[in-house]
Amino acid sequence: MAQLIFLVLLLTVGFFATKRFLRIKNIISLGSEEVISGHRSERLKRLLLIAFGQKKMFERWIPAIMHLFIYVAFLFTQVELIEIIIDGLFGTHRFFVDKIGSLYTLIINFIEFLSLGAFVATIIFLSRRNLLKLARFQKPELNGWPTKDANIILFAEIVLIIGIFSMNGSDYLLQSIEPEHYKSTGHLILSSHLAPVLFGGLDASSLHIIERFGWWLHILVVFGFVLYLPYSKHLHIFLSFPNVYFSKLDSAGKMENMPEIMNEVKSMFGMEVDATSSAMTSGEIPTFGANDITQLSWKNLLDAYSCTECGRCTSVCPANQTGKKLSPRKIMMDVRDRAEIVGESIFDMGVEKEKFDDGKCLFDHISREEIHACTTCNACVQACPVLINPLDIILKLRRYEILTESSGPGDWVPMFNAIENAGSPWQMSVDRDEWSKS
Amino acid sequence: MNVITMSEFANNGQSPEILFWVGCAGSFDARAQKVTKAFCEILNHAKISFAILGNEEKCTGDPARRAGNEFLFQMTALQNIQTLNMYAIKKIVTACPHCFNTLKNEYPELGGNYYVVHHTQYLETHLSEVKIKFDEQSDTQTVTYHDSCYLGRANNIIDSPREVLSKLKLDLKELKRSKLNGLCCGAGGAQMFKEDEPGNKRINTERAEEIIENGSKIVTANCPFCLTMLQDGIKEKNQQDNIMVYDLAELVLNKIVK
Repeated sequence: MAQLIFLVLLLTVGFFATKRFLRIKNIISLGSEEVISGHRSERLKRLLLIAFGQKKMFERWIPAIMHLFIYVAFLFTQVELIEIIIDGLFGTHRFFVDKIGSLYTLIINFIEFLSLGAFVATIIFLSRRNLLKLARFQKPELNGWPTKDANIILFAEIVLIIGIFSMNGSDYLLQSIEPEHYKSTGHLILSSHLAPVLFGGLDASSLHIIERFGWWLHILVVFGFVLYLPYSKHLHIFLSFPNVYFSKLDSAGKMENMPEIMNEVKSMFGMEVDATSSAMTSGEIPTFGANDITQLSWKNLLDAYSCTECGRCTSVCPANQTGKKLSPRKIMMDVRDRAEIVGESIFDMGVEKEKFDDGKCLFDHISREEIHACTTCNACVQACPVLINPLDIILKLRRYEILTESSGPGDWVPMFNAIENAGSPWQMSVDRDEWSKS
Repeated sequence: MNVITMSEFANNGQSPEILFWVGCAGSFDARAQKVTKAFCEILNHAKISFAILGNEEKCTGDPARRAGNEFLFQMTALQNIQTLNMYAIKKIVTACPHCFNTLKNEYPELGGNYYVVHHTQYLETHLSEVKIKFDEQSDTQTVTYHDSCYLGRANNIIDSPREVLSKLKLDLKELKRSKLNGLCCGAGGAQMFKEDEPGNKRINTERAEEIIENGSKIVTANCPFCLTMLQDGIKEKNQQDNIMVYDLAELVLNKIVK
């Protein structure tokens, strides 16, 4: 019976989770094409150092260590999770215990220590957000759902760890009562201390209930987590890997070229135009830059879905630090919010991508004031532990504003005119090399 | 000052060792002009033959591109590339990190391929070619260094300026936010050419406060926009008589035995 319930649950969760994750993949594919290829070894190196190795997290030591506990605990608990799934499906108990010998004892001990670390880290993370009120977690873009989202995940982590320790602790005590069913896991350092304190003196049947409770709690939290993930800001646990792999390798200062405009200007100047690159199609009114997610690249959208709203970008943004409205984190959150709206129409309501038009765009989420405040200093790009690039999006919005709408800050008009007419952002009446003559 | 243009070189059938890309600020801004002249003097002391483009030089297009005006960027950039390619320029040095970034990183895709260095890197490699004097009294003071975004984060040039300061035997006291974590002066991304968006402080004021807190009497910069912004910020704090903002080239020139 329990096996059947487990199977049905597993399949149901698997079905809905797959559907939801495919939906995210489809939404990311709504972004425009951007060919990112080559440099495999350099990209793999980044993947290892920055994604797996969390190199950039360690620019801030304290959160890095706490995060590391949660991350490594997450990685290793997968062993236990696989065992739970096997046990759940086949009615076995601790399937791996007599298969891998003392390695099993080592792994479970390791998981227990990591879980304890993760427990402490989660408590600290919760208090940083809710008691210490760390500045980067108090910005207006986190009001409401994002703050709740973060707390839900941290709370779920605590429940999961409670599940692990109730399961292991009661199991450990039962090993001496019913050794034929509860096969020895070997000495569990933490559980051997914790279990007598928590469950000492309980009879076998109560312990059995606690063991099952812990077991089911563990797997149910995992199921809930898998279903919840696609709705939360927590996708970085998967998406940071591809996001780091596909991140920009050029100098941070290099802006993406716009070949269609380059070729137009080249032909205007009578310069040779590379025939292989796409020339501007005449007749159509072209759109340059981006005012919606379909004009952003798929990588920009992957960035948005990889963002876990930690706010390191915003905390180093010179504009944000001096009270301007710009917050790079908000840019990423807005792009994702807009992507969800567009995705809902296209994938849930069946509107054709080409025909989609709800009369709204990214500028309904991101104000002009925000993108005008950016100094393109790259501090946000530098700060992101998973190599998200908010600047690229800001610049695409600026391009839309100037090139497609012909609007933008009025102050820039004299600068544009001077560059066009005088070859300098200032209209000067003296020669360019006047300085050399005095 | 004896500065020869590229066209004069070409007329004599000669070519210089390197082209000095002066940039708009270096050409027209009174403060940046001093840096331009200082750098030319250093090149003369080091007996390096160099040329400028003079009136044939145009804005690289950095502020236009970052404002979003790609058309204007392409227009000015492609004109520059035509000029540079006509003279078959191979090596360029510039005192402006924005020009440097655009020439080095963005011109290649447009058909302009040159070996581009910032004056900071050039000073680092060529400092051994001039004679430096060290006077004891003034060397006891610390100097600080402000990383410009377009050298630091944008192009990872972190060590070169510090190396030059150390070769000048200046005692560097780092700002709180430095190197890859340096704080912007507030001028990049075409902010130099517009009013600030509403906020509670100017970015250069924030940076000036950090500089004052640092306690050094000399701030080294190597970007014409940073120079202006830092000076304005320090002036706003009424510290202009106590804290001097110098370009790295000015510090070098000051130590050269003439």
